Amino acid sequence: MNRVGSMAPSPFLPSAGRQRWRRYKSAAVTGLLCACALAVMAPLFLVIYYLVAEGASSLDWNFFTQVPKPTGEVGGGMANAIAGTLTLLAMAACIGVPLGILGGIYLAEYGSQRANEWVRFGADVLNGVPSIVWGMVIYLLLVVPFKTFSAYAGGAALGLMMVPLVMRTTEEVLILVPQSYREAALALGIARWKVIVKIVLKTALKGIVTGVLIALARVAGETAPLLFTALGNNFWNHNLKEPIAALPLQIFAYAISPYDDWHRQAWAGALVLLALILAINLSVRFLSRGRKSG
Amino acid sequence: MSTLPSSDHLLTGSTSRGADAAFKWLAFAGAVVVVGLIVLVGGELYAGARLAIAKFGPGFLVHSKWDPVTDEFGALPFIFGTLVSSVIALLIAVPLGVAAALFLTELAPFWMRQPVVTVIEMLAAVPSVIFGLWGIFVLVPWLRDHLFVWLKHSLGFLPLFQGPIYGVSMLAGGIIVAIMILPIITSVSREILRSVPNLQREAAYGLGATRWEVIRIAVLSYASRGIFGAAILGLGRALGETMAVTMVIGNRPEISASLFAPGYTLASVIANEFAEATSDLYLNSLFELGLVLLALTILVNVIAQAMLKTVLGGASGKVQ
Repeated sequence: MNRVGSMAPSPFLPSAGRQRWRRYKSAAVTGLLCACALAVMAPLFLVIYYLVAEGASSLDWNFFTQVPKPTGEVGGGMANAIAGTLTLLAMAACIGVPLGILGGIYLAEYGSQRANEWVRFGADVLNGVPSIVWGMVIYLLLVVPFKTFSAYAGGAALGLMMVPLVMRTTEEVLILVPQSYREAALALGIARWKVIVKIVLKTALKGIVTGVLIALARVAGETAPLLFTALGNNFWNHNLKEPIAALPLQIFAYAISPYDDWHRQAWAGALVLLALILAINLSVRFLSRGRKSG
Repeated sequence: MSTLPSSDHLLTGSTSRGADAAFKWLAFAGAVVVVGLIVLVGGELYAGARLAIAKFGPGFLVHSKWDPVTDEFGALPFIFGTLVSSVIALLIAVPLGVAAALFLTELAPFWMRQPVVTVIEMLAAVPSVIFGLWGIFVLVPWLRDHLFVWLKHSLGFLPLFQGPIYGVSMLAGGIIVAIMILPIITSVSREILRSVPNLQREAAYGLGATRWEVIRIAVLSYASRGIFGAAILGLGRALGETMAVTMVIGNRPEISASLFAPGYTLASVIANEFAEATSDLYLNSLFELGLVLLALTILVNVIAQAMLKTVLGGASGKVQ
């Protein structure tokens, strides 16, 4: 395909030596591109390898059932941080999912071209806001007025980060619902909002759930917005008005600590967190396979 | 509508019009929240930074002293650190990411493409703090003992690669950010390359071009604008990276020519010092740093979206 040599000799063709050089150059670039693709994938495998090598041995019963021991004592676990992360995610979903889905419905079902452009633009800008900035904003809104770091503040920070993500995926799947469904339902005299809720949303439910799960997986590993909202702590806390532990916070605190035992637990916590996130991502991809292929 | 026989529970009487309007407004509210949030974020940061803005004025951006004890605050070392680490990240990630995208669109057999794409998407899902942990205990020691020593040995005549090697450094920060923005640069570049018409490639092959010549002449030159947009989008991500950078960059507010020297970024100084800011002015200065960071990322993102929109058109400008 990429060989010119088999053609009849022509005065316009370069010399044989030059052609060989061109073929070598092409082969070299081909090899280089393959190497670069491997280099791009390598960090994932390296990170997973080290997480398993350093963290797997620390994943025992204690890790999942105990709270951290005081400084200097060996042992303890991250049970409270795991529960805290799940609590924060539940609260984030309560904020991010309804707002995101409503916004998505507006974009797909109601908005004019012009209005949609503004809203999409807004969502893209919000998506680019650094996560640490969300932490600062929520600090002013929910921590300063109530004079305490709290699980509510952490959940709000994560929830607001979810809004643009959920909104755009909802819009995408709603647009895929055939227009004829809507027309048929409207022709039967069904009110528009019922058409949307009971027919359009129901048809697109799988896609919306996929989008929500991916958004949850994305915020599950966020640390920066929790630093001055949820703050983290070392014991069980069932009061949402008080600081709450979270896996990413605990990993961060342990990673920059000077104690070997804490480093060991940081690796184990990171392994659990990554397993959680990759499991959500992979299962979602598996479920929605065929709907939108790469 | 109300005259229809309402045997079906879906059919309602005259109240449906009110419910319809209410639902429409509800959806509208959901959409407005998004625009409202941007105003809220900007407004709150500004409110939080009021004292510092009043006290230091625009000089805040160019002063290089950051001393909480004497209440003197300047943003320059952090702006410098953010820009330098992001530029290092781009210099590494753009060639690698574009090459990987070329591999995916031009070289890889079809059965291989989806698995590679999935791996890259999984890389994008790894949380920043996990890269930070890996950076502290694996990457930084390796850089300190091998790559940095080699760089100093072979390129030590450049001021960039002089001075003592600590491991934690501007270069380490740039490298970890590069890893984190690789997925987005690769996936956006891949979208761009896929939008290059096949006719372009076929025409070049038809003229007897080798594979590399096809890539260079027919594909890359056609896609260059979009790839530039992808790089800018990566820059937007790089500027706001917090945890991983904080853990490997060394956190020292200094401006040094050497990439082996520790640095500090806008996001990491906020992450490190926010909770322990004692005076009001200190806290306000941190908020002003947040405002600078927000302005930078929004500016860069808007430019990137605008560039990608003209190339990809419409909805595809959105990414992950």
